[in-house]
Amino acid sequence: MIEEKFAAGDSLAHRLDPRVKIIVATLFSITVAVSDRFLALLPALAIGFIFVLVAAVPIKRLLQGLVPVNLLIIFLWFFLPFTFGGEPLFRVGPLVATREGVWHATEITIKSNAIMGVLIALVASTPVSTLGHAMHELRIPSKIVHLFFFTYRYIHVINREYLRLVNAMKIRGFRPGTNIHTYRTLAYLVGMLFVKSHERAERVYNAMLCRGFRGRFYSLNQFSLRTIDYVSLILMLAVILGLAVLEWTRIA
Amino acid sequence: MDKNSLIINLSDISFAYPGGAPILDKINLELHQGERVGLIGPNGSGKTTLLHIIMGLLKPSSGNIEIFGKTVKQEKDFGTVRQRIGLLFQDADDQLFNPTVLEDVAFGPLNLGKSQDEAREIAQKALEFLGLTGFGDRVTYKLSGGEKKLVSFATVLAMEPEVLLLDEPTTGLDEATEKRVVDILKGLDLSYIFVSHNIDLLMETTHRVGYMINGKVSIDEGRVPHTHVHVHEYGRHTHKHALNWPYKKH
Repeated sequence: MIEEKFAAGDSLAHRLDPRVKIIVATLFSITVAVSDRFLALLPALAIGFIFVLVAAVPIKRLLQGLVPVNLLIIFLWFFLPFTFGGEPLFRVGPLVATREGVWHATEITIKSNAIMGVLIALVASTPVSTLGHAMHELRIPSKIVHLFFFTYRYIHVINREYLRLVNAMKIRGFRPGTNIHTYRTLAYLVGMLFVKSHERAERVYNAMLCRGFRGRFYSLNQFSLRTIDYVSLILMLAVILGLAVLEWTRIA
Repeated sequence: MDKNSLIINLSDISFAYPGGAPILDKINLELHQGERVGLIGPNGSGKTTLLHIIMGLLKPSSGNIEIFGKTVKQEKDFGTVRQRIGLLFQDADDQLFNPTVLEDVAFGPLNLGKSQDEAREIAQKALEFLGLTGFGDRVTYKLSGGEKKLVSFATVLAMEPEVLLLDEPTTGLDEATEKRVVDILKGLDLSYIFVSHNIDLLMETTHRVGYMINGKVSIDEGRVPHTHVHVHEYGRHTHKHALNWPYKKH
């Protein structure tokens, strides 16, 4: 499930205050997502790359993040160039690829990889529980923060329940095929997981009531910003601002 | 016994799950200060249900619950009950929901209005008491089964309760961890109700044992745990005795 191996590292990206990381990652992602000039996107990709280097992301972890995203993008490359109207660029049999289509596919490729790079460097370098506390400190509504915590805590429990059910099916000779029996069994499996999760939620809530829960959550965590955090935050905000200037003004 | 020392007094409690057969049928149960009561009985005999009724998690269909000398009925009445009585759940995964151990143990004290520092200190103490010093920063879902059980025990003790309700606290634990839990219990100066399937364990940890079956609980002073020697057929086979059916058949 969630392994968090990379979160245990000790690079600059690991040591930064998690709040700074969340702010930077969010602003960077939004800015890049709404940009569409190469002038802004190419530097963004370079920045993503620099972040990955600074955080010393192991190549395996990097691929784990980038491969799924780029698999999706490969599909875009199959369709976008041929379905977008505009100036013809080349032909594959009866299909015509347009300049605009290729341009859009390139743009999406650059954006996605730049954003993924920064997310891996900043977010994956933070333990999930720390992320949650940082979200709390950033005044993100506590319901969202606690949904986040509960998801993290119980996704493992639900996964274990899922594996138990799958094993119970296997030892009784279940082999998935293309037939009604398979579909029905899988539907039962999913249904059973929902029921079990619901019951689990009730028991957890009861346990919380027993410990005096009255609808309010308290946090034990305290973060403090150090000079390095301020410097990094200002520097990175300046870089993001630079990207925005490149995108929205016509200075170049 | 003296009326003032009465902590839990259930009278004529009945309970049925919606659409199901009655699980508890006019049950009477008393727990006095300093008393340790064991509950044993077949699966589905309502042991867990009974504990949940005491905590106000389930509402009995009829009967009267009196705790610390006061009748409790509404959700708000149970606020104080939950502060003074701690329930250890069967499944530790239900009890531990915070990302780290320290936060989970501090959850109760924080709810009781303690400051962050106080809560942290109480949590550390509870962990230390259970021999879990240094566990504070561990991630709850990565703990082993035994560790989870001990940590959820710590979350209950951190509420500084006067009474414990223990729902099969040693089920699924290895012998060493079970012994650890039992030793801790014996060392505590608390009253408790201990639910278990293990009669030997109850004989070791409780003063008297109640037997639950068919919606009734029978505790009478005549039925105290004791060892005896007797003769009967099939005696050469390894076997156990309990206080009543189904274990008594021989």
